[in-house]
Amino acid sequence: MSTKVVDRAPLTFYERTYLPAILGGLKVTAKHFADTVFKGKSVTMQYPEERWVVPEGYRGAPYLVKDQDGATKCVSCQLCEFVCPPKAIRITPPGPEGRPADRANAEKMPREFEINMLRCIFCGMCQEVCPEEAIFLQKDYSITGENRESMIFNKEKLLSLGGTHAGIQKWKHKLEEAQAQESFPVETP
Amino acid sequence: MPQFTDLLFYALAGLTLLFGFLTVLNPLSRSPVTSAMFLVLTILSMAGLFVLLHAFFLAAVQILVYAGAVMVVFLFVIMLLDLKEDERRHFNQVAVGLGGLSALAIAGTLVAAVVKSVPAVAPAGRLAEGETKALGRLLFESHILPFEILSLLLLVATVGAILITKKDLR
Amino acid sequence: MEAINYLSPTAQMILFSALKIGVVFGVVMTAVAYAVLVERKVSAWIQDRVGPNRAAPFFVDYLPVIGPFLVKLGIFQPAADGLKFLLKEDFTPSYVRKVYFWLAPAITVIPALLTIAVIPFGSNLGGQKMVIADLNVGILYTFGIVSLGVYGIVLAGYGSNSKYPFLGSIRSSAQMISYEIAMGMSVVPIFLLTESLNLGEIIRYQAEHGWMILKQPLAFVIFLIAAFAETNRLPFDLPESESELVGGYHTEYSSMKFALFFLGEYANMIASAAMMVTLFLGGWTLPFIDALNLPAGSLLLGLVHIGVFLAKMAFFMIVFIWVRWMLPRFRYDQLMDLGWRRFIPLALANIVVTAIVVALFNH
Repeated sequence: MSTKVVDRAPLTFYERTYLPAILGGLKVTAKHFADTVFKGKSVTMQYPEERWVVPEGYRGAPYLVKDQDGATKCVSCQLCEFVCPPKAIRITPPGPEGRPADRANAEKMPREFEINMLRCIFCGMCQEVCPEEAIFLQKDYSITGENRESMIFNKEKLLSLGGTHAGIQKWKHKLEEAQAQESFPVETP
Repeated sequence: MPQFTDLLFYALAGLTLLFGFLTVLNPLSRSPVTSAMFLVLTILSMAGLFVLLHAFFLAAVQILVYAGAVMVVFLFVIMLLDLKEDERRHFNQVAVGLGGLSALAIAGTLVAAVVKSVPAVAPAGRLAEGETKALGRLLFESHILPFEILSLLLLVATVGAILITKKDLR
Repeated sequence: MEAINYLSPTAQMILFSALKIGVVFGVVMTAVAYAVLVERKVSAWIQDRVGPNRAAPFFVDYLPVIGPFLVKLGIFQPAADGLKFLLKEDFTPSYVRKVYFWLAPAITVIPALLTIAVIPFGSNLGGQKMVIADLNVGILYTFGIVSLGVYGIVLAGYGSNSKYPFLGSIRSSAQMISYEIAMGMSVVPIFLLTESLNLGEIIRYQAEHGWMILKQPLAFVIFLIAAFAETNRLPFDLPESESELVGGYHTEYSSMKFALFFLGEYANMIASAAMMVTLFLGGWTLPFIDALNLPAGSLLLGLVHIGVFLAKMAFFMIVFIWVRWMLPRFRYDQLMDLGWRRFIPLALANIVVTAIVVALFNH
């Protein structure tokens, strides 16, 4: 017996003429009308000219990033390709005769790296899984193209859009750690 | 332009007959909605005939009452009932016989009336001005009894219809 | 101009009628287009939005200050909308009943436009009465034609052969028949007072004895509300209620056929606004100024009369549009209750009371 019956007060004759509702509606609409027309209080954002501020941590389009020296960070391990839920990523590895990686401490780099932006669901799994911190979800939210082909972004485009990511210098730190260990006095008992 | 009005009369009369025929017996479609629509067209062309007789009031009322109200209710009922094709093909012998008989009777009455009538002489004065008023006077002064009987009949029909819609008739 | 005098009266009549029809048709079409714009703008402003403010043809660049302002007001939007409707794909679903599906939009528009034929939108202009057809039974003609408007919607629902349009058309036919009765009865007291069915006579009576809205406020209220129901406008837009019936009777329509339904709705609004102005607000007359209350003697006055009529009409259009954003939709049983159990008895009582008053004081 948790139901509670609330008695509704019957409408008075004045209320049943719909007049209070009509007058109330007129008041509200007139106020909003005047506010918008005379005070310019519209909530509309004139989109292409005005744009919203993208918050930190926003998951936009995934792009490849370069390290502080402008070298490709991706080592073509294909973990992101494997983990990608909608299978939007396709990596072509360099193969035995491929170009070597353009930075030290990396064995290889992808010959081609494609993300199909029509398939991508912006989940961020690729960023999560990347051991080299080479792919990041960035702040682009308005990705358009003339046709389906143009929506498949290749390595060159992804790298140029991603830009350099100097903040995280994983291998530099690793190198320093390794060098520090070399000169570390090893105590032998 | 007497020739022009004559031409209009024959055109409208022909259309009325054609549409009336198509209402009853349409070779292209057996859909009841089509029949109803042709009946509407029949009513409209009859209103046109009234206009040719300068009976604007009658024409307007014809459209207003028959085309605008009665036929819409017809359509309403037809659409709600949604008669199936096979049901419509089934003819009741008795109904066909009785229907033919009444059609013949009406046709006979019409023919007799046409045969007996003398060619009308065009009225001397145009009735156009105050024609509605004249009609009202005729209805409420000379023909008050039939008019009131008719309205009583309509009232009885309305009450009857409401009574039928009640679920439990005690 | 002299050449006109050599024509026979019949030829003159045909010439001037054709001219009037052409001009009125053009004005109505423009008014429909801009009513849509006003609707969009007013709705936007009431909902704290901006509304259409982008459509800009090439020549705007050559207009220094006024150009951008007009663009901001969306003045060029109706042209763009019209073009869009013409260029859209006209899609006909495979399951529709083709004949009715094609016929319905036309049947919706034609009655709406025919109604305007008897509206006296001005006194006279250069010796010509400013009404296309000066019928003695003008008001009955209007009601007759308006009552045909329901066929377009019923056939759209039947022709579309799918459930939402069907439900919409069933609702609309019931609604329109119901409110037609209340509407027709609400104007009877006017004829009792004016003793004429001619709309021009009704305007002349109002010029002499004061506007009908003051003498018959109840009739005006009933007519106004019935007009909302007849034109399927909110709060009575049940036939097309988007939130429950998708689009109602025009769910299956696209492109120009949909545009015709749209046009029909707004033409209906214009026609009923014109009817209300004629019946209750004295048509083209303005009280207290003699020159404006009598049929115009000069060309300028004739134009002023037309302007007065259009201004009054615009007022009602704004009312139609404003109410749409003010009141929520009625429930179907409330709608029927309001029509049958409130307005029809009220209208009947109004007729009886007016008849008694007229009988007591005029004889």
